[in-house]
Amino acid sequence: MPTPFLSVQGLSKRFPGPKGSDPLTVFENVNLGIEKGEFVCIIGHSGCGKSTILNILAGLDEPTDGAVIMNGKEVSGPSLDRGIVFQNYSLLPWLSALKNVTFAVQARHRNWTKKQVHDHSIKYLEMVGLTGGAELRKPSQLSGGMRQRVSIARAFAIQPELLLLDEPFGALDALTRGSIQDELIRIWAGSDQTVFMITHDVDEAILLADRILLMTNGPYARVAESVQVDIERPRVRADIIHHPDYYDIRNHLVEFLAKRSRELAGKRDEDGVSEPNVIRFGLNGPVANKSNKGAEEPPARARVVNGAD
Amino acid sequence: MIASLNARALLLSAVLLAVLLGIWEAASPQQKLGSELTEYEILMGGAEPKAAVPPPSAVFVKAWEELSNPFYDAGPNDKGIGIQIGYSLYRVLSGYFLAAAIAIPAGFLIGMSPLMYRALDPFIQILRPISPLAWMPLALFVIQDSQASAIFVIFICSIWPMLINTAFGVAGVRKDWVNVARTHELGTLKTAWIVILPAAAPTILTGMRISIGIAWLVIVAAEMLVGGTGIGYYVWNEWNNLDLTSVVFSILMIGLVGMLLDTAFAYCARLVQYQE
Repeated sequence: MPTPFLSVQGLSKRFPGPKGSDPLTVFENVNLGIEKGEFVCIIGHSGCGKSTILNILAGLDEPTDGAVIMNGKEVSGPSLDRGIVFQNYSLLPWLSALKNVTFAVQARHRNWTKKQVHDHSIKYLEMVGLTGGAELRKPSQLSGGMRQRVSIARAFAIQPELLLLDEPFGALDALTRGSIQDELIRIWAGSDQTVFMITHDVDEAILLADRILLMTNGPYARVAESVQVDIERPRVRADIIHHPDYYDIRNHLVEFLAKRSRELAGKRDEDGVSEPNVIRFGLNGPVANKSNKGAEEPPARARVVNGAD
Repeated sequence: MIASLNARALLLSAVLLAVLLGIWEAASPQQKLGSELTEYEILMGGAEPKAAVPPPSAVFVKAWEELSNPFYDAGPNDKGIGIQIGYSLYRVLSGYFLAAAIAIPAGFLIGMSPLMYRALDPFIQILRPISPLAWMPLALFVIQDSQASAIFVIFICSIWPMLINTAFGVAGVRKDWVNVARTHELGTLKTAWIVILPAAAPTILTGMRISIGIAWLVIVAAEMLVGGTGIGYYVWNEWNNLDLTSVVFSILMIGLVGMLLDTAFAYCARLVQYQE
C-alpha cells in the first residue's frame, strides 16, 4: 500500500497526572492517512483531543508517541507548508486586514517585490469578498465573519501543502457561517489544497468533506470510523439535502456522536491495530463487510469496508 | 443650559481655581504702605512683622516678569527660568533615554526567557526599592562629576519601571500571536519585531510613562543636592534668598513641565494602542 500524502502513525498524547497517579492519556494509537487534495473533517466531542491532533499536525505541539509524516518527511516544528486557521482568528490586532495577509505572503515569498506581495494578497482578500476599503480596517473594526474571512485569505494566500482549520466557524452565527462555508468550498475547489478541518457541525462536515473521521470520547480516544462522503461536487447546500445518501450519512454521524462515541470510549484497542473502519454509503444497499470491533453493528445501508478500498 | 461634559468640567475647574486663588489672596497679610510704617520699621528696611506666603497676585507678577525673559543669564546665581528648566530637562532626558536603551532590550530578554527571568529577578527585587538619591554619594565618588552623577541618579530611578513593564508585556504576549509567528516561520528577531514589540508596546509605553514621571520627581531633589543649575537648584537657591514668590512660581513651573512630559508620553501611548 503506498504511503498517503499525510500519514499519522501511532499518535498518542499523555499529560502527566497529579503526583503519584497515572498519566492522563487523551488519545492513543491514532492512525490515519490523508491523500493529496482531499478535504477531511474530524468530528468528536470536546476533550477527545481533536485540537491536540491538529496542533501536532501543525507542529505547534509534540506527540508523546508516534509520528506525523507529510510528503515523506517527519513533521517537527511549525512550517509554512502547513497553514492554520484558528477559531479565534488569530489576527494581529495592530495590523490592518491587508497587512495581516501581506506579512504572511512576505514570509512565504521572501524575494518578492512589495507590489507582488500586495497584488497577491489583494487577490486572496478579493476571493473572500474583502474589498472596497474593508481590507484597510483593523480587525477590531471588522465583524467576526469578516475577521475569519481575513484569516482564511491569509491561510490560502501562503498556499500551504496542508491547510488546518480548527473549528473555523465555531464562533460565527449560522447565516454568516453558511456564506463563509460556501466561500471556503469555492476557493478550495479552485485549488488543489489538502484540508484537515475540525468541526462540531454535522451538516457542515457533509457539505465540505470528502471523508469524515469520527473520534470516540476521551480518555483513550481514537479515530473509530472514517465515513466516505461520495456526494458529487460541486455541492450546493440547498440541493445536497435531497441527495439519497444525505440523511443516511447524517443519521450515522449523529448516532455516532450521541451514542457510539460514548460506548466506544475508554476501550483500548487490545490488538493494537486501530485503523479506522471505513464506512461507505451507496444506493446499492447496506453491506457490512466487517463488524466494528466489539461494537454494535453500524446502521442499515452503511457498508463497512475495512482498510483502503 | 445643556453643555457637553467637557465644557461643564472646564467651567467647574475655572470656578474652583477662582475660589482657591481668592481664598489664598484673602488669607495673605497685606503689606503695609510706606506711610504707615513706624520709624522702627523704616529703620529696619520695611520689614514684615512675620514672613508670609506671597499672595497669588505677587506670584503672577513674578511669573510675568520671569516668563517675559526666560533665557537671560546674569551669572551663576541668576539665570532665567527657561535656562534652569532646560538644564533639568537635559539631565532628565539623557538619564532617561540611557535607561530606556538598556531597560527595553533587557526587558525583552527577561520576558522571552524564563531562565533569564529567574536569574535576574533577585537583582531587580533588591535594587528596585533603593531610593535613587541613596546612590548619590557613591555616584559622586565613582564618577567624580556632579552633573554626570545627577544623570546617573535619573538613569537608575527610571530603569526599573521600564524594565519590569517591558518584561511583563513581552512575557504576556498572547500565545496565539506567537503561534502565528511560529507557523509563518519568522526568526527570533523578526518575531520580536513583527509580533512581540507591537503586542507589548502599550505595556512598554506605560512603563516609560511611569519612568518619566519618577525621573521628573527625582531631578528636583537631585539638583538640590548637586547644585549649580537646574530647576531643583533654582527652588533651593530662591529659598536661600528668602524669595518665596520665586519658590512658589518655580513649584508651579515644575508641575507644568511634569504635566507636559506626561501628556507627551500619553500621546505616544495612544499611537501604539490597539484594540483586540
